[in-house]
Amino acid sequence: MKLSSIQRFWISFVLIIPMIIQMLAMPFHWMMPGYNWIALITTTLVMLIAAVPYWTSAWAAFKNHHANMNTLVAIGTGIAYFYSIFAMVTNRPVYFESAAFIAVFVLLGDTMEERMHNNASNALKKLLDLQVKEASVLRDGKFVQVPLDQVKKGDVIQVKPGEKIAVDGVVVKGTTTVDESMVTGESMPVSKQTGDNVIGSTINGDGSIEFRATKVGNETVLAQIVEMVKKAQTSHAPIQNLTDKISGIFVPAVLIIAILTFLIWYVFLGATMVNAMLFAVAVIVIACPCALGLATPTALMVGTGRAAKMGVLIKNGEALEEINDVRTIAFDKTGTITVGKPTVTDVVGDEQQVLKVAASLEAASEHPLAKAIVDRSQKLKIKPEEVADFKAIQGRGVTATINGQLGFVGSPKLAKKIDQKLEDQASQLQSQAKTVIYVGLGDQVIGLIAIQDTPKESSAEAIDQLKARGLRTVMITGDNEEVAQAIAKQVGIDDVIAGVMPNQKSAAIESLQKDGQKVAFVGDGINDAPALTMADVGIAMGSGTDIAIESGDIVLIQNDLRGVVRALSISQKTFSRIKLNLFWALIYNVIGIPIAAGVFVAVGLSLSPEFAALAMAFSSVSVVTSSLLLNWTKVADA
Amino acid sequence: MVKIIALIVAIALIVGIIWWFFGKHTESSAKAQVNNQQQTANIVVHGGYSPERVVLKKGVPATVNFEMKDGTACLSHVVFDKLGVDKDLTKQKVTSINIPTDKAGEYNFACGMDMFHGKVVVK
Repeated sequence: MKLSSIQRFWISFVLIIPMIIQMLAMPFHWMMPGYNWIALITTTLVMLIAAVPYWTSAWAAFKNHHANMNTLVAIGTGIAYFYSIFAMVTNRPVYFESAAFIAVFVLLGDTMEERMHNNASNALKKLLDLQVKEASVLRDGKFVQVPLDQVKKGDVIQVKPGEKIAVDGVVVKGTTTVDESMVTGESMPVSKQTGDNVIGSTINGDGSIEFRATKVGNETVLAQIVEMVKKAQTSHAPIQNLTDKISGIFVPAVLIIAILTFLIWYVFLGATMVNAMLFAVAVIVIACPCALGLATPTALMVGTGRAAKMGVLIKNGEALEEINDVRTIAFDKTGTITVGKPTVTDVVGDEQQVLKVAASLEAASEHPLAKAIVDRSQKLKIKPEEVADFKAIQGRGVTATINGQLGFVGSPKLAKKIDQKLEDQASQLQSQAKTVIYVGLGDQVIGLIAIQDTPKESSAEAIDQLKARGLRTVMITGDNEEVAQAIAKQVGIDDVIAGVMPNQKSAAIESLQKDGQKVAFVGDGINDAPALTMADVGIAMGSGTDIAIESGDIVLIQNDLRGVVRALSISQKTFSRIKLNLFWALIYNVIGIPIAAGVFVAVGLSLSPEFAALAMAFSSVSVVTSSLLLNWTKVADA
Repeated sequence: MVKIIALIVAIALIVGIIWWFFGKHTESSAKAQVNNQQQTANIVVHGGYSPERVVLKKGVPATVNFEMKDGTACLSHVVFDKLGVDKDLTKQKVTSINIPTDKAGEYNFACGMDMFHGKVVVK
C-alpha cells in the first residue's frame, strides 16, 4: 500500500504526540516513565514513514553528484536519529524528538506546498473545464447530440438560450447576445446576428441561434489560449538564471557551512560535541533552497493565468520581464488606435436627402468610403432608390440618374459650380483630416459627407493611462502628416511618425530603439509581423476568432487598447512579486543560517533543530502563498 | 587529541564535498530504442534523473517515459518549459510524454523547483 504524503503526515503526527507532551511537561520537571524507549520506538516509526523516502532519494542523488533539499533533510534527520541511538546505548541524553519533529515538519511543508502548487496551476484547468462535452449538430435534417470531438468543420450547430457555444463558428440563423467574458475578459454581453463570429465555450444569452462551425479541436480560440498559457506557465524568466546559479552550489555550500559551524563551536569555542552538533544540524535543516527555486515559477504561473482570464496572453516569462523596462510604446494607427474602417462623421446639408442620394448611387459599390455611406444611411433607415445610367468616373466618383435627375457623388470636379459657404465648410472638415465627399443633384451641390477612420472609443482613455505610467506614446502610420496629427491629437498621442510604408514599420521601430530605449509595438498581428518582431516586446491585438497567436510576445484577445494597460499592469505586478519572492527567499537563508549556526547566541538568540525545520517548512510555503496572492492583487482594469 | 581528529575529519569532509559535487563528472546519457517507426526512452526518477540525457532520432515519433521511484515532493513534477508540459509524476507509476521530433534540437526538462535538470536531444 502506498501512502499519500498527507496520510504519512497524519500518521507521523500521531506518533510524535507523546514527545510533544513530554516537551510541554518539561518546564514542570515531569518525566514520562520510560520516555527514552517510547521516543526510540515512535521516532523509528516516524523515520520509516516520513524520513526514509528523503534518505533514499538523497542517496540516489548523491550517487549522481547531486545534492538538494532532500540531502539536507536526510542528513539532518539522520544525524539526530543515529546519534540518539548511540547516546541511548552509551547512556547519554537523547535527541529523538529533533529527528522526529524535523521529519514531520518537512513533510508538512511539502504537503502544503504541493497543495498550493496545484492551486496555482488551477487557472489552466478552469480554462479547460469551460469546454462543453457535446453539441446539438444538424445531421440528416435533424439536430442530434454529438460528443464534442466528433463535431466537424462545416457542421451546423444549434444553441438554445443559456447553453454554451461548442466551437468557433459563424452565425447562420437567429440573433442573440453572448457572454464572452471567459475568453475575452469583456464583461458586457456581445450581440450576435447572422454573419457574426461566435467563440467556442462562451455562453449564449436569451436568443436561440444556429451557427456553422469554422474551427474545431485544436484550432479553436480556447484551445490556442490554453496552449499558450501552458507554455507561458512553464517558461523561464531571465531573472531565474540567478537562482539557477545559486541552486547549483547551494546545498554543498550549506553542508560546508554546517561542518565549519561544528568545527568552530567544538574545536575553537570549546562547546561540547553534542551542542556543536546541534548547531550544525540546525544549519542543515534551516537552509531552504526550495524557496529560491519556487519563487519565480509559482509567481509566473499565477500571473500568466490571471492575465489570461483578463484577455491578455503573455507568451513567456521573458516578455513579462522585458515589458517592465519598456519606456516607449509605438502603435500602429489603422485598426489599432482607430476602428480600422472609415465611418461617416459629418453630413453638411439636408442629412436625409444627402444620404439618400449618396446611398442610392453608392449602393452597389465595394469602395470602403461607399460602404461607410451605406452603413450610415442604413442606420438612419434611409432607403436607397433605384438608379439608372450608373457610371463610375475614374478618380472622380460616380454619377447616375435618380428620379429623372443626374446625381453625383465624389470629388468637387464633378460639380459645375460650388457655393462658397460649402467650400469653406469643406476646407474646415479637411483640416480635421477628414475625407470630404461632394453630393450633387443636377448641377447643384446639395451637401457634403465627411468620412474618417475614427479612433476607438477606448483609445484615448488607454493612451491617457499609459502616459500616466510615464510612457512615451508614438503612432506609426502610412497616412500623411496632417491626417496622422489630427488622429494623434484626438487620442493624446505624444509623437507621430507619418508617411511610413507598411514594410518600413520595423525600421521606424529601430529608429525609436536608437537611444538604447526599450520599445513595445502594438499592432494587429497580421500585417505588422516584422515590426512586432523588431520591437523588444510585440503586442498583437486580436479580434474575435482571429487571434494571431504566433506573432506577438503578448497577445490581446480583445481588439481594445485598454488591454495594453492591463498587460503592463499585470506584468509589473507579477514581476515585482517575483522579485519580492526572491528577496524573501534569499534573506530568509541569509538571516536564518547564521541564527541556526549560533552566531547570535551571545544576545540570547538561537534555534533548536526542530524549530529550524519548522522555519524551513514555512519559508517555502510562504513563497507559494505570496505567489497565490497575485490572484487577488489589484490590477489596473482600464 | 579528539579535537585534532575532529578538525582533520572535518577538513577532509569539506574537501570531499567540494570534489564530489563541484568536480568534473560525466553525465549519464542513453539513446532511445527504435521500434517500428516509434522510439521510446525510459528515465528513472529517483534522486534525480537517470539517465540525465536521452538522444532521440529525428523524424521518428518519440515517447519519453518517466518512471517515478522517488517518494519526496522535490521531484513530483517534470517540466519541459519549451513544450509547455508540466506533469505530475506521482499520479501513476510511469508517465509518458510525447516529444516532437520533426526538428533537431534540445529540450531541457527540470523538476518543479528547477533543482534537477535533464535534457532530451533530437538529432
